[in-house]
Amino acid sequence: MTEIFGLPLSVIAGQTMLGLVNGCFYAVLSLGLALIFGLLRIVNFAHGAFFMAGAFGAWMLMRFLGVGYWWSLLLVPLLVGAVGALFERTLLSRLRGLDPIYGLLLTFGLVLALEGGFRLLFGSSGHPYPVPAALKGTLQLGFMVLPMYRAWVIAAALAACTLSWWLIERTSLGAQLRAATEKDVLTQSFGIDVPRLLTLSYGAGIALAAFTGVLAAPILHVNPSMGSDLVIVVFAIVVIGGMGSIFGSIVTALAIGVIEGWTKVLYSEASSTIIFVLMALVLLLRPRGLFGREGTA
Amino acid sequence: MNATVVPAGALRALLVALLVALLLVPWVPQLVYPVFVMKLMCLALFACAYNLLLGFGGIMSFGHAAFFGSAAYLTGLAVKHAGLTPELGILCGTLGAALLGAIIGSLAIRRQGIYLAMITLALAQMVYFIFLQLPFTGAEDGMQQIRRGRLFGLVDLRNDTTMYYLVLALTLGGIALIHRVVHSPFGHVVMAIREHEPRARSLGYPVERYKLMLFVLSAALSGLAGSLKALVFQLAALSDAHWHLSGDVVLMALLGGMHSVLGPAIGAAIVTGLQHYLDAFGAWVTLITGVIFMVCVMSFRGGVAGALASHFKRATPGAPTDNPQKPDKEK
Repeated sequence: MTEIFGLPLSVIAGQTMLGLVNGCFYAVLSLGLALIFGLLRIVNFAHGAFFMAGAFGAWMLMRFLGVGYWWSLLLVPLLVGAVGALFERTLLSRLRGLDPIYGLLLTFGLVLALEGGFRLLFGSSGHPYPVPAALKGTLQLGFMVLPMYRAWVIAAALAACTLSWWLIERTSLGAQLRAATEKDVLTQSFGIDVPRLLTLSYGAGIALAAFTGVLAAPILHVNPSMGSDLVIVVFAIVVIGGMGSIFGSIVTALAIGVIEGWTKVLYSEASSTIIFVLMALVLLLRPRGLFGREGTA
Repeated sequence: MNATVVPAGALRALLVALLVALLLVPWVPQLVYPVFVMKLMCLALFACAYNLLLGFGGIMSFGHAAFFGSAAYLTGLAVKHAGLTPELGILCGTLGAALLGAIIGSLAIRRQGIYLAMITLALAQMVYFIFLQLPFTGAEDGMQQIRRGRLFGLVDLRNDTTMYYLVLALTLGGIALIHRVVHSPFGHVVMAIREHEPRARSLGYPVERYKLMLFVLSAALSGLAGSLKALVFQLAALSDAHWHLSGDVVLMALLGGMHSVLGPAIGAAIVTGLQHYLDAFGAWVTLITGVIFMVCVMSFRGGVAGALASHFKRATPGAPTDNPQKPDKEK
């Protein structure tokens, strides 16, 4: 069997796959974060909490209403996205024009409220969520064995990224979004309802987070704190990649996921810190981030 | 402009009364538990030190628990494993936090605003993971049985009363230092940078150096608070370095009023008191803290100190006119 760094190829390939799955979660989350940041100019701390709410949504739908995975994948992002849009309209929009720090603080408060709320209702321990029947089993790839569900996660996440990219770059709604990102006052003067666009894109970003949550539910245990540790990692990824381009943040997220996966086999003690070390390095060498544009800080 | 506006008399009398009350605490243990007051003071110092950066420097760090926590561990390490006296332990913790502040600060000030907040949060999380893995920290159990020992080899700190007065003295000293820094020429330059960085730069001030000095100072004083906490409870735990605490300290500053020196101490008292009395209700604490956070951000951005200041100004027409509540920056 072929070996790299004294490790069998199948181990390397397996970890690369696991890393890619994590990278996919990072990618969809940082995509939503970048979408929200682009228009609202706030960092949505609650992104991880909505991710958690998505996973819990799927779990609750199955537990209490008997709704299966595939319906959850459609319904949960819509429901959670609607909650997000409502939050933006009623609270977040009132902070427009203030220092963006207040947006971060408000969403941080929401994180605590959501985490505390879910812990009150369902306790701190994890709830298992079954892999849907159609995706049980494995694929035999010759050099490695790939669980079907993980392959599906990668495909679905990449599809979500591609769809978002297409919506933003190739449709007239996306053109309005990009216009409002560049010059919101001017865009509004052309008769485009910018506040509605803001609500819409916040809702869309949240829906993406909830979608990721549903995807992650069968892999991670569904528990109230599953989002906050993840969101800190996603913040580091956003600093590394810069929020300048969608493509850049997706590539960064996938690469970081894979690097994290490799670290787990090569030097597992560093696997939880490697991302932050990379962030520090990027800050030293290229403070605006790998794909960041000048002046976006 | 940002110092606590003290309307002659009323507020000063309040402060004196508070000081007397604090001095009397160890003699009325049946009224209030001295160890709880010590915890309050540690967190009040922490919040004031944090606010030096947020309120006066306009720099929002979201990772200050890293300094608090590492100072607690370093003090524990010095006292428990190296057998040093408590004052040397506190010194180790404070200097260690200052050093960590220099490292994290020099990385973080390369970006501004929310990026800076994200960077400090991420670096603090890294510090947290390092403590989780290091052998001497005891991971989830924390570093236990840190001996208080004898101050300068003379004063026995195992007695809660002497420990209490040490904490009181160092907390007041730390807050007095913060007050002094805010009103010094250095403090004025820092505020000028907060208000208009390009202008301060064009006037020839080395902006980065000022920011870094402020960051290190804030980290060192946060470390002092952490060291004291480790001695008071004889425990350094992972929760001292967790991002929950970083968030709590932001809330303390915001709730107490981030444009005054003492405001954050009020915030610390409210938040700590709340968490203490709601402790039995478990997850309710997190939920309620979150809701208070949101209410503060939505409609109470001046904090208690801001509200007090504007109240006193209305009550006493002759009071100074400058407004301690900074108008929110347009961006």
